[in-house]
Amino acid sequence: MELQQSSYSSRDLLVPVVSVILALLAGSVFILIVGENPVAAYRVLFVESFGSVRNIATTLQRATPLMFTGMAVAFAFRCGMFNIGAEGQLYVGAIVAAIVGVSFANLPRLIHLPLAVLAGMAAGGVWALVPGILKAKLGVHEVINTIMMNFVAYYLTDYLVTGPFHGGRWAPETDRVFPTAALARIFPPTRLNSGILLALVAIGVVYVILWKTRTGYEIRAVGLNPTAAEYGGISVSRNMILAMGISGALASLAGVEQVLGVHGRFIQRFSPELGFVGIAVALLGKNHPVGVFFAAILFGALRTGGAAMDRLTDVPRELVVIIQAMIIMLVAADELTRGLLRRRRTV
Amino acid sequence: MRKAILLLTALVLVTAIAVPGFAGARPEAVVDELRVGVVFSIGGLGDESFNDAAYRGIQQAVEDFDIIFDFVEPDDVAEMEDHQRAFVEAGYDLVIAIGFLQQSGLESVAMDFPDARLAIVDSVIDMPNVASLIFKEHEGSFLVGALAAMMSESGTVGFVGGMEVPVIHNFQTGFEQGVAYADPDVDVLINYAGAFNDPGRGKELAISQNARGADIVYHAAGGTGMGVFEAAKEGGFYAIGVDSDQDHLAPGTILTSMLKRVDVAVYNIVADLVEGQFSGGVHAFGVADGGVGTTDFTHTANIIPQQVRDRLEQIKAQIIDGTINVASAHD
Repeated sequence: MELQQSSYSSRDLLVPVVSVILALLAGSVFILIVGENPVAAYRVLFVESFGSVRNIATTLQRATPLMFTGMAVAFAFRCGMFNIGAEGQLYVGAIVAAIVGVSFANLPRLIHLPLAVLAGMAAGGVWALVPGILKAKLGVHEVINTIMMNFVAYYLTDYLVTGPFHGGRWAPETDRVFPTAALARIFPPTRLNSGILLALVAIGVVYVILWKTRTGYEIRAVGLNPTAAEYGGISVSRNMILAMGISGALASLAGVEQVLGVHGRFIQRFSPELGFVGIAVALLGKNHPVGVFFAAILFGALRTGGAAMDRLTDVPRELVVIIQAMIIMLVAADELTRGLLRRRRTV
Repeated sequence: MRKAILLLTALVLVTAIAVPGFAGARPEAVVDELRVGVVFSIGGLGDESFNDAAYRGIQQAVEDFDIIFDFVEPDDVAEMEDHQRAFVEAGYDLVIAIGFLQQSGLESVAMDFPDARLAIVDSVIDMPNVASLIFKEHEGSFLVGALAAMMSESGTVGFVGGMEVPVIHNFQTGFEQGVAYADPDVDVLINYAGAFNDPGRGKELAISQNARGADIVYHAAGGTGMGVFEAAKEGGFYAIGVDSDQDHLAPGTILTSMLKRVDVAVYNIVADLVEGQFSGGVHAFGVADGGVGTTDFTHTANIIPQQVRDRLEQIKAQIIDGTINVASAHD
C-alpha cells in the first residue's frame, strides 16, 4: 500500500503541522521564563522571516541548501538507508565546485557553470558511493561509514583550502570563483541565487525518479522490505549503491550552491551543519520531496528569524534551537502526537 | 494531556497580554549618541579569548564615552553579512566585525555603502570606508620565543598551532625568530592540531613534544591550548599562553601569555569615531603601541630570573626602536 502512495495524505500532513504548533507553544514557555512576551517575540520571528519581499528572499536562500540535504537524506531513507554523511558529501561537492570555479579563466558561462555544478555533484556522488558499496557488498553499516567519511571530508577540504587551493588572502578560503561559474543572484542584496531553481528542478526530478520510474519503484521496494524485494527479483545491492550515489549527489548540491551562489568561494568549515539539519528536514518532510520543500522553508525561516531576533531583541536565539528540537522530537514520536489528536477528536 | 495543552495555551496568552513593556524590539532611540554595532565571531561571548576581549574593549568605551552599543552573535558564516548590513541600514555610526571569517561579507557591505563606517578585526579589506584592525602577532611571538629560548634547559622548545591558517603561521614565524635571536642553538618543534577546539589533541601534541625534549611549549590554538596547559601541569614542564592573559589558568606552569589586545584595538577605533577621527585603512597594533606583548609575570616572578626579564625588556625596546625587525608571515 505504502509503495504506491506518492502524495501527501492529510494524515501525513497533520502530525508535522501539529508538531510545529506544539513546539511553538512550548517555546513560548521558555520566552516567558526569560521574562519576555512570547507573542511579541514570535511576531519579530515572523516579520523578520516573512514580513517583506526581502525577508522572504533571505528565508528562501537559507532554505535552499536544506532542500538539497533534506532530499539527500530522504532519498537514501526511501531505500532503507540512513545517510548521516550529507555534511561530508556537501563539503566534497563544494570544494570541487570551487576548484573548477577558480581554475578556468576564459570558459564561456554556458560551459563553466554547468561544469562546476556537475563536477561538484559527481564528486559528492562518488564520495557517497563508498559507504554505499561497503553496505551493499560487505554489509558494513552505513551509519558508521557515512559519519566517518564526514571526518575524512572535513580534513581533506581543510588541507585543500589551506594548501594547494588557498586563495591570495589571509583567511582560510579559496579565491573567488570566476563570474562565469557563479550562480546568478536573484534578489540583491540578499544572496538568494539561481540555486533555488536548481533545488526546484531537483525536487521534481527526485519525485519522478521515485514514483514514475522502474528504478524508483525498485529503490522503494528495497527500502520497505529488502528480503521481499530480492525475492521479487530486485537487486538489493545495486539499488542501495545507486540510492547512495544519488543521495550524495543531492547533498553535494547544497555545497555547490553555497560556494557558487552564496559565498562565491570555498571557506574552510563554512557549513552550519547543513547536512545534519537535513536529517531533521527529511524527518519533518516525511521523506517526500514536497514535504522536504516546506520543511526546508520552515527551518530556513526559523534561522532567518532567529538570527534577526538575536540582533533585535533580548530573546536568545537558542530559542529557535529549542523549537527545532521540539519539532523533531514530536515528529519522531508521531504515535504520541497522533494519540493526542485522536483523544481530542473523540472527546 | 489535552487539558494540559489548553491550560498552557491559556497561560501563555494571558501572560503575553499581561506582561507590559516588552523589550523585544529595542526602542529605536532618536538620540544624539553614537551607535556602535558589533558582529561577533563564531564561538560568541564567553570564549575566554577573542570575542570576550572585543567585548571588554567596547564595554570600556561605553563607560568612557557617550555611545550606545548593540551586538549579535552569529552562528554561521552565511549569516554574518546579513547582520553587518542590518546594522548599517539601521543607521549605526560604526559597525565592527570581529574575525577574518567576516571578510567576504563586509567587503560587499562596504561596496554597497561607501559612506558607512566599518571596521574588521584580524583581516585586511582594502577600501577607504573600512578600518582593518590587525595585530603584529609576529612581534609578540618574537618576545615569548626569546623568553622560551632563554628559559629552556633542554635546548628544545615547542609550538602548537590551531589550524594551518595564515594568522597562526604568523605566530609561528615570530616565535621561531625570537628563539633563534636569543639562542641560535635552541631547536623548535612545530605541530598543528587541525582545530581550535580540541584540547585532547592539544594535550597529545604537547606530551609528544615534551617526550622529544621540549621543556617549554607555546600554543596559538584557542581552546585546543587548554590541553597544552594540562599536559604541562602533569608533565612538569612550562607552557606559554596566547591572546588573553591565561597565566591564572595554571599558575606557575604558564610562564606568560602572548597578549593580543583586541580590546585595545576595538576601544581605539571607537575612540577615533567619538573624536571624529575615524579613518579607514590598516591599523596595525604591535609591541610599540601595546597591541601585543607579554603579561606582567604575576605568577612566575620567582621562576623567571631578573636578568632574563631585563633582557626581554631590552629586546622589546629594540623592536620598538626598529633595531630588531621581525618578519611577518604575510609579507
